[in-house]
Amino acid sequence: MARIIVVTSGKGGVGKTTTSAAFGTGLALRGFKTAIVDFDVGLRNLDLIMGCERRVVYDFVNVIQGEATIGQALIRDKRLPNLAVLAASQTRDKDALTQEGVGRVLDDLSREFDYVLCDSPAGIEKGAHLAMYFADDAIVVTNPEVSSVRDSDRVLGLLASKTRHAERQDGKVNEHLIITRYAPKRVSKGEMLSLQDVQDILSIPLLGVIPESPTVLQCSNAGTPVILEDKSEAGQAYGDTVARYLGESRPLRFVEEEKGFLRRLFGG
Amino acid sequence: MATRPSSISRVQACELKGAGFTFTVLKVFDADPERIARQVTRRIQQAPDFFKGAPIVLDLQAVPEGDWDLSALVERLRALDLVPVAVRGADGAHEQQARTLALGVLAEGRPAAGEPRPTVVEATPTTRLVTEPVRSGQQIYAKGDLVVVGPVSHGAELLAEGSIHVYGALRGRALAGLRGDRSARIFCRVLEAELISVAGYYRLAEDVEPALRGQGAQIYLDGENLHVLPL
Repeated sequence: MARIIVVTSGKGGVGKTTTSAAFGTGLALRGFKTAIVDFDVGLRNLDLIMGCERRVVYDFVNVIQGEATIGQALIRDKRLPNLAVLAASQTRDKDALTQEGVGRVLDDLSREFDYVLCDSPAGIEKGAHLAMYFADDAIVVTNPEVSSVRDSDRVLGLLASKTRHAERQDGKVNEHLIITRYAPKRVSKGEMLSLQDVQDILSIPLLGVIPESPTVLQCSNAGTPVILEDKSEAGQAYGDTVARYLGESRPLRFVEEEKGFLRRLFGG
Repeated sequence: MATRPSSISRVQACELKGAGFTFTVLKVFDADPERIARQVTRRIQQAPDFFKGAPIVLDLQAVPEGDWDLSALVERLRALDLVPVAVRGADGAHEQQARTLALGVLAEGRPAAGEPRPTVVEATPTTRLVTEPVRSGQQIYAKGDLVVVGPVSHGAELLAEGSIHVYGALRGRALAGLRGDRSARIFCRVLEAELISVAGYYRLAEDVEPALRGQGAQIYLDGENLHVLPL
């Protein structure tokens, strides 16, 4: 049986899809059979970030409605043989998803894969609810600013009450926090919440911190999961994050302000 | 369920004590269970947490004399998650029916002599303990005191008929003494609440002295004034 991981945030634009693509690719790089499912029906993006938008024939909704098999709809990644993407439908809306249908698709995927990542849409309505409902683990993606943190807090409340584990009372969803777009310089200027501030409010374990980086945008535009750019800070930070998820211990990097040339020379 | 301190339970198995409770009284004017159920449902929808499992006393004084079925009414109320515990002001036949339904029969205004019914004991307010963080959008209701071990986020709401104790940061709303208990208090280790209230008297975050923000504090009612004092 696969572990089902939901990548969620409440707020839009914080990096859910970027994280889903990077994290899923990271698990595949470690040799795990991984599928990433786009739950954002109507606002399909994952295929772009993964660079497979020209190969989408069937989508998630087609599979739910029995118009295609899961094998027909899965898009195998060209870089990694053990990675696959299930695209969302662009022409439908969230009502096309049903709990029973989503459960069936995830069951099918669970048989073939080690990890199934559910890339949640923003908000807390049907699409987001179904993306989290079957999860074993949750990755909550947050930007270091107050509205994002509050929305993540709301989502954590839902994870504790509106998931299958909560309803069946057979354990709880493991919650992990990833803080994206972190800019230490702006934190020390007081323009951004610090790691400590975010953790104080959310009080869940921190899985990783991804620094603000132009590479992320470049990778999105190029359809390359940022974790494959292993020279970039953001790529390395995602690599650390995947390692921590798999139980390895990695120190936090890229969270201190980089010292200027002179300060580096003379210490301080 | 109330838990007894072990020191007492070692000496004796139980103890009889007189205690007064506030009950919601359902005054019945018309003995049609369906009409009553419809009206009660509307009220419940306004405050589901308040009424869930609430013990109620049926006041039958105003019902015109006649032959009607008390058990049908009780059944309808139970289906709405209410717990009828006693009747008062019933005529002879309905008093008898209440007894067969294991309901208490209250004399006008005060409980009849005799031992309390077990269902009345169930209604004793107990402390509600919450060990998980209370997240934005969550609402916690306690019929007695409320103890929260973790933080209470912005946009979360604590409602208690008794006092509220928060050991993490209190960033959401806290309303104590919800049914008018003016002696209820709010205690917290880090006061960053959006709103605090005791027995309907409230203060918004901006009405709290800035020096008290982020500090341990207790909030209590003195006459018409809601005081916030450092702990």
